[in-house]
Amino acid sequence: MNIPGNENVIVGLERADDAGVYKISDELALIQTVDFFTPIVDDPYSFGQIAAANALSDVYAMGGIPKTAMNLVAFPIKTMDISVLRQIIQGGIDKLNEAGVVLIGGHSVEDKELKYGLSVTGFVHPAKVLVKKNLHPGDRLILTKPLGTGIVNTAVKAGLASAELIEKVTGLMASLNREAAEIMSRFRVSACTDITGFGLIGHLAEMVCGTGRGVRIFSGKVPMMPEALEYASMGFIPAGAYRNKEFRENMTVFADTVPRSVQDVMADPQTSGGLLISVSGEQAASFLTALQDAGIRDAAEIGEVQEEAEEKIRVR
Amino acid sequence: MTTVDARGLSCPQPVILTLDEIKKGNDREIIVLVDTDTSKENVMRAAGSQDCQVKDVSPEGEGYRIVIEKA
Repeated sequence: MNIPGNENVIVGLERADDAGVYKISDELALIQTVDFFTPIVDDPYSFGQIAAANALSDVYAMGGIPKTAMNLVAFPIKTMDISVLRQIIQGGIDKLNEAGVVLIGGHSVEDKELKYGLSVTGFVHPAKVLVKKNLHPGDRLILTKPLGTGIVNTAVKAGLASAELIEKVTGLMASLNREAAEIMSRFRVSACTDITGFGLIGHLAEMVCGTGRGVRIFSGKVPMMPEALEYASMGFIPAGAYRNKEFRENMTVFADTVPRSVQDVMADPQTSGGLLISVSGEQAASFLTALQDAGIRDAAEIGEVQEEAEEKIRVR
Repeated sequence: MTTVDARGLSCPQPVILTLDEIKKGNDREIIVLVDTDTSKENVMRAAGSQDCQVKDVSPEGEGYRIVIEKA
């Protein structure tokens, strides 16, 4: 495909990132992103919250501040009660409100299958845009949310999860990456992305590919929901996790000591996952302390960046 | 020998059926038929989590035939 460029495009399709960035002036750039999906939880209000947290996350991952949003709705009006849609949208609005983002419009169509999401617009200083592919050797990698939502949601589908676990995983997916992003803006961060459908392995691969850098991951330090490890070993793993693992097989080197369930969770597709942040080695400890002091207790240093022509993800 | 036909079912149904059959404990050997790689991998993990041994995995038709034996 031939996509004409423009001198004001800072991040566009030719270097796919979490969101597009367009320079308005030397002081201001516009961030735009859109995301929608089918329900991943049964409760409509929670689904709305999760969809909003997920859509906002792309702006945070670019180092920006989201400001406005628009709803995208596909709804089976002939077979589903309209009150379901009201609850979904209320969930979205409440999450936007929590983020200080205002809903200014939207569009809905009739569809056999329910879908909801948002387009989000935010701002960033053009010099402070955080792209994925800017890992610096010596940087440390910080992950702000535990992994395992895809596997736990599969166990929920199987009817295995307790009400308590459903509440826990829902809360995790609905939690904003806002605070982590705010704290990140005060530290020397070179790259950032958010963990979603490609899993930790897939998103690490995107950060590494074509950069002449490699990463070393300490699997024992990667935050994971303990229930996800348990359900992974029982075979409640979504197809996407296997696809993610296979797709990046030739880039990933797992030490023999890394249990299979840990490998599975590292490839697990996440919904509204945490931020994966590459921060300078000297500031890693104070950054992590700041995150934890702000209540982001699951945040952990999971690895480091090194110069490496082979561009591997080495997990031990 | 019991056969669980999980073909045409999507994740996590094949695993649920396999675990149910293992827990019933009627037969020492259980054959599970699946038609995706995901189901194959998940059923093998399910068996392993219940102290069962996967004795054989062979292609059958469009999918796989998994032979599980209880310890």
